[in-house]
Amino acid sequence: MRILLVEDDPTVKSFIVRGLKEAGHSVEYADNGKDGLALATNVQFDIIILDRMLPSDVDGLHIVEALRKKNDATPVLLLSALSDVDEKVAGLQAGADDYVTKPFSFSELQARIDALVRRNRNDPQLPLTRLAIGDLEIDLLSRTAKRAGQKIDLQPREFRLLEFLMRNAGQVVTRTMLLENVWDYHFDPQTNVIDVHISRLRQKIDKPFGRPLVHTIRNAGYMLQE
Amino acid sequence: MKVFSFRRLTALTRIKLRSVSLRFGLAYAVLFIGSAMLFLSFIWWGTVGLIERQTEQSITSDAHLIFNALQLHKDTSLNTLINERLEQDIDDNALYLLVNKNGKRITGNLIEWPSVIKTTHSWYTILVKRVDIDNVAKVRAYDMPGGERLLIGRDMRGLTELSHMLTKVLLWVCVMIALLAFSGGLLTRRLLRRIISSISRTTSAITQGDMTRRLPVHGQDKELDAVSATVNEMLDRIARLMDGVKQVSNSIAHDLRTPLTRARNQLEEAVIHATNEDELRAVINQTIRGLDHLTNICSALLRIAQIEAGARRSAFTQFDFVAILHDIIEFYEPVAEEENLKLTHSFPETLMFFGDRTMFQQAVVNLVDNAIKFSPAGGVITLSLKVISPQPDQKSSHPQMELIVEDQGTGMTEADMARATERFFRADQARNTPGSGLGLSLVQAIVQLHGGTISLSSTNPGLRVVITAPLSLA
Repeated sequence: MRILLVEDDPTVKSFIVRGLKEAGHSVEYADNGKDGLALATNVQFDIIILDRMLPSDVDGLHIVEALRKKNDATPVLLLSALSDVDEKVAGLQAGADDYVTKPFSFSELQARIDALVRRNRNDPQLPLTRLAIGDLEIDLLSRTAKRAGQKIDLQPREFRLLEFLMRNAGQVVTRTMLLENVWDYHFDPQTNVIDVHISRLRQKIDKPFGRPLVHTIRNAGYMLQE
Repeated sequence: MKVFSFRRLTALTRIKLRSVSLRFGLAYAVLFIGSAMLFLSFIWWGTVGLIERQTEQSITSDAHLIFNALQLHKDTSLNTLINERLEQDIDDNALYLLVNKNGKRITGNLIEWPSVIKTTHSWYTILVKRVDIDNVAKVRAYDMPGGERLLIGRDMRGLTELSHMLTKVLLWVCVMIALLAFSGGLLTRRLLRRIISSISRTTSAITQGDMTRRLPVHGQDKELDAVSATVNEMLDRIARLMDGVKQVSNSIAHDLRTPLTRARNQLEEAVIHATNEDELRAVINQTIRGLDHLTNICSALLRIAQIEAGARRSAFTQFDFVAILHDIIEFYEPVAEEENLKLTHSFPETLMFFGDRTMFQQAVVNLVDNAIKFSPAGGVITLSLKVISPQPDQKSSHPQMELIVEDQGTGMTEADMARATERFFRADQARNTPGSGLGLSLVQAIVQLHGGTISLSSTNPGLRVVITAPLSLA
């Protein structure tokens, strides 16, 4: 993937660039808003990662707004030390697709980049009605799940959890992403609630079938994979 | 030199005019003089004006009578008619002059036709030459059928005297009023100055750091007391916020430095003593977890500060409180089962509440989180929600919601309950559980933003947290 990173802090920049390059992406970067905007408008990227606050008068929000005004739909991920709910809302309203608060772990960033790119590749004109991985399949219309032809009973929320995992199959999803997307909670509870929900889901979709599909990725989150 | 002193004078006036009290005084004086002038002009119009109008009326009716007499008694001559009138005039006020076509005097008590009078049927107030004396009079000329011209007038000596006297009186009244207005203005200014200086003395004391000072509320002056009370309320709020800031800086000093020190020490020790890569990795991973915890603390602190600043009221919406509670119960059900705890609830069908939905989600999640953390196996956690009608003795008359989260856990001592909502406070029995000591502080900040209260009590064993808040902040 071609990724543009606009970040003024050299340490954060090299941290992200190194991680992304190791993951096999090609990364271009700018350390100020003007150069960032110029690159973003002239070169086609798969995803753009923007620091919310940048030196000079062009900050992350300006860049997103400028891109969206030109009908450029490249997925944009905002990085910010401003953790305010209002700040997040402002970022998303400006046209950004996701928002990661500093400090963050690389696995969190990686997971969100993957989710964004994947979401962008799915053609929104043709809504999916069926998702499948291995012998596990779910029907999004009848909200039912089957594995190896056997029907699995799921609570509505369990179905949403599974749906989110399947939509991001083969990619890491973090606990924060699950909280935001499955429960719409924008804060972290102290107890390991997500882990317990995942373990329940495993009881239903993995345990009776021997071969596990839900994998725990240490220090990062979970991944649904064959 | 002259220019210089003039400049100084204007500068001085400009400064003086900027003084609010002086401006109030001046405004008072101007208003007073203006209304007095209006009043006096009414008096003038009512006396002098009335007399003048009466004189004019008497002249026109006199002329009317003369014309009528001439028509009724064709044989009577105008000459006799006027002479008769002159004889009958006891007050010696009436003036008549009859002249022929050539302007020659026929009869009357004036010596000659005044040269200024050229047109008939219009009013003149002029100096006329009488047979005996000259004086000011109001006159009007008429054309006679025989070609003669008749001048009828009234002596205005009395009126002139009256108007002189009135002018003199009014002038004195003006002087008196001006004096009164000026002293009234000065008095207003002094009063205002006294009030303002009391405020400014207090506020400057506060500026210098004495936050205990408050504006006096005497109970004599309703408006002023209202202002003082509002300012005092504001000062109370500032004092509370300052306490908060002080508390936060103390907390930062202690509760943030401790994990920072730990992280630093761990890294330093690893640099010096680690013998292989695995040992290094282990230490680094441990440090990262420590820093993540620190990040959580920072976010929570910022969030509390932000909520306490009250900036998010703009995001308030109407939402169903019961729906978020059901979601949270569903969210925690698996954990509770895992820990062998029972989650029970009693909710109404719906309960519409006006506030910040995300904040209340977080507040309830914090409370349930705590309850689960401190409950022993087999314990029951109860959530209940209801509407309570306002008590007659309470300040607000709006219906309130009451949310109770009750557990059968370790509970808290009386002393701990009193401090439970303080930032970073952790009861002794909580030291070994994960947490930052900010959960209840956050809940309190959220509840207070919605105009509500939070209270803790013991259920022996266990803790009961009661939250009340008005259904809508009116």
